[in-house]
Amino acid sequence: MSETTSLESFRAETRAWLEANCPPEMRQPLRGEQDYCWGGRNASFQSEAQRLWLQRLGERGWTVPTWPRDYGGGGLTAEQAQVLQQEMRRLNCRPALWSFGIWMLGPALLKFGSEAQKREHLPKIARGEIRWCQGYSEPNAGSDLASLQTRAEDRGDHYRVNGQKIWTSYADQADWIFCLVRTDSAAKKHTGISFVLFDMATPGVSTRPITLISGKSPFCETFFDDVRVDKHNLVGQPGGGWDVAKYLLTHEREMIGAIGERAQPQPLGAMAAQSLGRDATGRLDDPQLRARIAEFEVDEAAFRALLQRFGEQARAGQAHGAFSSALKYYGAELNKRRHELIMSALGSGALIWESAGGAAEDAASNDGAAARDWLRSKANSIEGGTSEVQLNVIAKRILELPGA
Amino acid sequence: MSLLLNEEQSMLRDSARSFLAENAPVAQLRRLRDSRDPAGFAGNTWAAFADLGYAGVAVAEAHGGAGLGAVEVGVLMEQIGRNLSALPFLASGVVAARLLQSAGSAAQQAAWLPRIARGEAIATLAVDEGIKHQPEAVALRAARHGGGWRLSGSKSFVPDGHVASLLLVAARADDGVALFALPRDTPGVQVERTVMADAHNAARVVLLDVALPDDARLPGGGAAALQQALDFGRAAAAAELLGIADEVFERTLDYLKQRRQFGRLIGEFQALQHRAAMLYVDIELARAALAKALLALDTAPQQAAEAVAIAKAKCGSAATLAVQEGVQMHGGMGMTDQLDFGLFMQRARVLQELYGDAGWHMDRLARMRGY
Repeated sequence: MSETTSLESFRAETRAWLEANCPPEMRQPLRGEQDYCWGGRNASFQSEAQRLWLQRLGERGWTVPTWPRDYGGGGLTAEQAQVLQQEMRRLNCRPALWSFGIWMLGPALLKFGSEAQKREHLPKIARGEIRWCQGYSEPNAGSDLASLQTRAEDRGDHYRVNGQKIWTSYADQADWIFCLVRTDSAAKKHTGISFVLFDMATPGVSTRPITLISGKSPFCETFFDDVRVDKHNLVGQPGGGWDVAKYLLTHEREMIGAIGERAQPQPLGAMAAQSLGRDATGRLDDPQLRARIAEFEVDEAAFRALLQRFGEQARAGQAHGAFSSALKYYGAELNKRRHELIMSALGSGALIWESAGGAAEDAASNDGAAARDWLRSKANSIEGGTSEVQLNVIAKRILELPGA
Repeated sequence: MSLLLNEEQSMLRDSARSFLAENAPVAQLRRLRDSRDPAGFAGNTWAAFADLGYAGVAVAEAHGGAGLGAVEVGVLMEQIGRNLSALPFLASGVVAARLLQSAGSAAQQAAWLPRIARGEAIATLAVDEGIKHQPEAVALRAARHGGGWRLSGSKSFVPDGHVASLLLVAARADDGVALFALPRDTPGVQVERTVMADAHNAARVVLLDVALPDDARLPGGGAAALQQALDFGRAAAAAELLGIADEVFERTLDYLKQRRQFGRLIGEFQALQHRAAMLYVDIELARAALAKALLALDTAPQQAAEAVAIAKAKCGSAATLAVQEGVQMHGGMGMTDQLDFGLFMQRARVLQELYGDAGWHMDRLARMRGY
């Protein structure tokens, strides 16, 4: 059987399986963050359909289609995974699982983890049984991440961890953390860092949510007070954590860069025309906003093409290792532009922070959802490395410009 | 279907790159400009270009061409942009050939396409009449007269119109936009060469009650066929713009690594590093948008308009940014005619305007998307 025929029969099987197994409720467009399923030990499912969809996709390994079957993955080739993605898009299937384990830790464990670590952690990530958070930033180590100070003291068979992390996404809801700690304070700053995993239920771990300008608290401060971490939970070599961290960051950057894409947002021009009306010629009745939206939509479409092209280059082994910085930079700036335009299109209707319930605009404001998303988007160009840091990376690693 | 070049396309790129760098570099455009060359391109270079099969790359094999598609045209146009090669390829081998192929009669195709593919005849589309691109507002009049037609009106900004032996004229007939094949030597046709800011040439064309037989009209369509041929040309112009952006960016990046001020390389300054990085991302966006448009033209030409509008807008604005940053980062030297940046800037400006600038394509995108 030729490669094309086998791929086409895979497509037919996949389509049939999705049609039989993806519940109809899971084929409705995502309304927003409330529809995301993060899994975890204390997972709260919005509906039985959501639980079932995760269970079915997880059992098949299709939450992580290209991971090996031995580690809970689907064992698909890149071409098959693309077919799966196309078929899921065709049926409007929602992603079954939103997971830092999939987007960030998993790829790093596949590359740097021991066999035992892969077998212990990857299948639980694939099935959404354990929810992970990332312990990177500290109060004095933001853009300059390698200056982090959380200490891990060698106690023979284990480390004793003391220190503080900040901007830990959903730390208060996570089951485990992957964390950068300093195991050697005498070494140079990049070489004294190690990458460890531990359970957030370990004695000595505490979290405190940080209230943001959006009124929400997706990030936490996370404190470690004499936390015991067994040495088998060290990933890679002692002092080799920076390599793991950098590898993982490239995946994080691709993830943040692709956020707008994954959420499949409503076309902005159509939304604005619905909100503001059209003139006699059918054009959006605000020429200045119309021009800004059209310019945005050109850039948005170009970015989508860039993601597609990058994916093809990556599969062909032609992608530049630092290109994720370009995607992260542009995707973040684009998403901020999107939310500025949404606020303009919705006018004062988007400014109602708490719905009194009476007027139609109040209900439409959905407790200030648009305004809260707008404010939240401002973090896109800060989290995972600021836009300025990404531009530094592009200048040095891709353009090879001189200087430190 | 991939946004990356396959092996044959990569080979075409490499051979076109070395041919054009050797035979039609920026220095040649400079010589043509300085000698006020009446044709505006080197005849022997154009003949060699055609001998390699490039002029007929998009002409069907049945008419003596290579029968390839938009992606291959894009590959050639990018290299033309890198070298600022002065050649009537875009006007003749791309837009006019496409229009004849999609809307021409069998007799028109047989008469012109083989000669276009061999570079022996130059054909060009005359569409614009005012100072901005407005193909839907064509006013040049085509009136029925006896068994034939009478054409009256004027056209401007007709690329390579001064050397074309065939003008494809968009006109307004009673039933809407009509397209005509008008040989240059038809009585009543006045062609005036206009030397443009980029040292390329265009023409103003005036038709004074020009009589044409009935079969001069292209039977295969009006406004829709015109738009499709224009879309082919728009994507090709976008590819030339991308080539310009690439070349200027490469030269500028080299300069940032060589030029010293304040005791250090100017490429060490973060103010310039960040601008270079932003320009790099913009050019990569333009490249991806263009690849998408070229692929769409080859796989689903009827649905390609949106992707083409996006590509022309994005390549236009990326190239505009590239030439401006190129001049600025070269400082005073960037302003001199001794360096080539002025020539790249001038060509980019003309290509922006040709077949609709970024603003025009953004407006078009908004209309297509219903807002």
